[in-house]
Amino acid sequence: MMMSPLSTRPPSEDGPRAPTEPLLQTVGLTKHFPIGGLLSHHQLHAADGVDLVIRGREIVALVGESGSGKSTLARLLAMIYRPTRGEIRFRGRSLATLRSRRDVLEYRGRVPMVFQDPYSSLNPVFRVSHGIMRAIKLHRPDLSGGGRRAEAERVLRLVGLAPPADFLDKFPHELSGGQRQRIGFAQALASRPLLILADEPVSMLDVSIRIGLLNLMAELREREQLSLLYITHDIASARYVADRLLVMYAGHIVEQGGTEEVLQQPRHPYTQLLLAAAPDPMAEIGVSSWAELGEPPRVVDPGPGCRFRWRCPRAEAVCSSIDPELRSVDGGAGIHLAACHVAARQPPASPLPDARTAGQAPPTAGAAGRG
Amino acid sequence: MQPAPPILEVRDLCVEYATAGRPVGAVDHVSLDLGAGEFLAIVGESGCGKSTLLFAIARLLSPPARVVAGAVRFKGRDMLGMSERDLREVRWREFSVVMQSAMNALNPVMTIGAQLGDAMTAHARLSARAVQDRSREVLRLIGIDPIHLRAYPHQLSGGMRQRAMIAMALLFTPDLVIMDEPTSAVDVVAQRSLMVQIKELQQQLGFAVLFVTHDMSLVSHFSDRLAVMYAGQVVEVGATRTLFAAPQHPYTRGLMAAFPSIRGARQSLRGIPGTPPDLGDAPPGCRFHPRCPSMMDRCRSDPPVLAPVSQALVRCHLYDDDVPPQH
Ligand SMILES: Nc1ncnc2c1ncn2[C@@H]1O[C@H](COP(=O)(O)OP(=O)(O)O)[C@@H](O)[C@H]1O
Ligand SMILES: Nc1ncnc2c1ncn2[C@@H]1O[C@H](COP(=O)(O)OP(=O)(O)O)[C@@H](O)[C@H]1O
Ligand code: SF4
Ligand code: SF4
Ligand SMILES: [Mg+2]
Ligand SMILES: [Mg+2]
Repeated sequence: MMMSPLSTRPPSEDGPRAPTEPLLQTVGLTKHFPIGGLLSHHQLHAADGVDLVIRGREIVALVGESGSGKSTLARLLAMIYRPTRGEIRFRGRSLATLRSRRDVLEYRGRVPMVFQDPYSSLNPVFRVSHGIMRAIKLHRPDLSGGGRRAEAERVLRLVGLAPPADFLDKFPHELSGGQRQRIGFAQALASRPLLILADEPVSMLDVSIRIGLLNLMAELREREQLSLLYITHDIASARYVADRLLVMYAGHIVEQGGTEEVLQQPRHPYTQLLLAAAPDPMAEIGVSSWAELGEPPRVVDPGPGCRFRWRCPRAEAVCSSIDPELRSVDGGAGIHLAACHVAARQPPASPLPDARTAGQAPPTAGAAGRG
Repeated sequence: MQPAPPILEVRDLCVEYATAGRPVGAVDHVSLDLGAGEFLAIVGESGCGKSTLLFAIARLLSPPARVVAGAVRFKGRDMLGMSERDLREVRWREFSVVMQSAMNALNPVMTIGAQLGDAMTAHARLSARAVQDRSREVLRLIGIDPIHLRAYPHQLSGGMRQRAMIAMALLFTPDLVIMDEPTSAVDVVAQRSLMVQIKELQQQLGFAVLFVTHDMSLVSHFSDRLAVMYAGQVVEVGATRTLFAAPQHPYTRGLMAAFPSIRGARQSLRGIPGTPPDLGDAPPGCRFHPRCPSMMDRCRSDPPVLAPVSQALVRCHLYDDDVPPQH
């Protein structure tokens, strides 16, 4: 059969690429939000001790439920939030050393963000050209008026909106959701990025439109030689673009590794839950009926112990006293890691038991509920 | 034995939006039956008329939308001709509607308990005690701790807000619950648990469900039957499992190739090229022909009709030569 132009290009078949210099690296990256008013000392642990690496020309997926801390992590990387603790290094240089506005602007141009909601991320009163030209003026002062226009057309073509002249004069309401998300990517490309932080770029789009955007991300990596952090709650979609997966829960990275390896041999019970939750028409009815009612956890003043233990069908005594650390689960190769006491000593998982019969609900503090 | 009559019968329903130009035919001759306790899913891309169809059935349309032809019978009664007064009796008590976004449908400055109470007292004379008891009961049913009666919508997670909406729809144990993409605003895990719970409640309480979604994979294990809509028309309808095993309409096949799977070998995903038509100016012949990989000459001019093809109904010229089964 003929390959349709919409076919996805699967990520490199040989799994994660050979290690190269990190483009971006975090060490112990932490963000706590004080909550409950001025006199309260409660802290919400949105991201805790995150160590991650993104290499050149790499697509990394960051996967987890709502409230697991994905957007917080992306905003830290975008320098929208200031870390509570820990460090971000971009091409070897700590972001804490970026002092001048010019340095910060330069960094934001190199590492722009694309947001989830294509309906609110574009200003409805301005034409498409406005945001793109603004990004170009801001980040490419070297370009003349004509050069700027040519650059605007180039980025629109890159995101598949052609002929570009037609799109520059449109208002956001004249575009479909998929087209608006492409405009979001075009704006990001206008600053000549090395890494695009894409926060749930397809979650609000029709299933049938998502593929086109997943493809776009894979194409941008090839054509523009850039890296992408693809944030999603849908682990299945990550399979089609990402070289590596990072699974996040309650502010922690709980599992990471090459995409296929993690999907075929998920070691952390939370990753197994995410996989079980993905809708899959091909699954046996029995396999697919597994579901649990647990809500994402409270991450307010979490004590020691695994934060997943309230929902975990494998929890043991040790899980409520000692934080599990990320450890190699691939016989020491150090590419596939999981933060789980049980996974660390067991061979690859057997099918999951029914979570509803296991684990206990955490104490609920008040009417505000969890999550 | 005669099968029980359907509780909902939709016949040749047509809905138009009046516009400055040509009227937009958002629902075009749609006919559906829903049996008591049955779960029917309606799937299709954004803009194909799913919400308009549900609103027409629930009598929630407002101008510029207008039913221009067809009939809707609910439990034998004519829904379209029903007076507003009778409608108030039927709505909530006998059928209820769950909207797409709880954030828009719930009042942000009222507690969940107050909103449940309002919905109940608006439709029945009940003591404060009875309201309180029933509110707790429906929240428990849907898996929310009744402690959350005192919570405001923003204090709940997305999944819990959607459940609160479903709780509200179940206050009077209706025979039919109409749901418009009730899980599209929540993540995959919350989505799964909502689906499992809707299904369990449906089996336990026996209501029928009319469920709209753009994501066909979502309902694969939950609906009894599936109707695929394209550009205002039903293009294929049949038993869910049969339809997944052997989709017949080229559009249905396109939808099937559009969602990622985690099981089995990684296959490249294909979308459906092009975009759905503007319904004010739908293509002649088969409305899907500009995007169809199997398009033939006659597809450009002759509109196909919905006709039996093996176990399903399919609107496509590919099956014109199939002889209908003899009885
Ligand atoms: N600005 C903020 N102030 C207080 N809490 C926040 C803020 N941003 C996020 N949070 C909380 O941090 C946690 C993680 O949120 P978020 O990073 O948005 O997760 P995700 O993107 O995975 O859904 C949630 O409990 C959320 O309520
Ligand atoms: N207020 C309106 N005025 C004119 N046309 C409308 C209006 N609302 C919806 N439509 C048309 O009706 C079609 C179906 O819309 P809708 O029922 O919301 O589809 P769905 O729920 O499948 O996304 C749309 O393609 C649009 O053209
Ligand atoms: S550490 Fe314990 S509670 Fe946490 S995921 Fe592993 S088994 Fe479950
Ligand atoms: S009628 Fe023709 S154009 Fe329409 S779906 Fe069938 S083959 Fe395709
Ligand atoms: Mg987020
Ligand atoms: Mg709709």
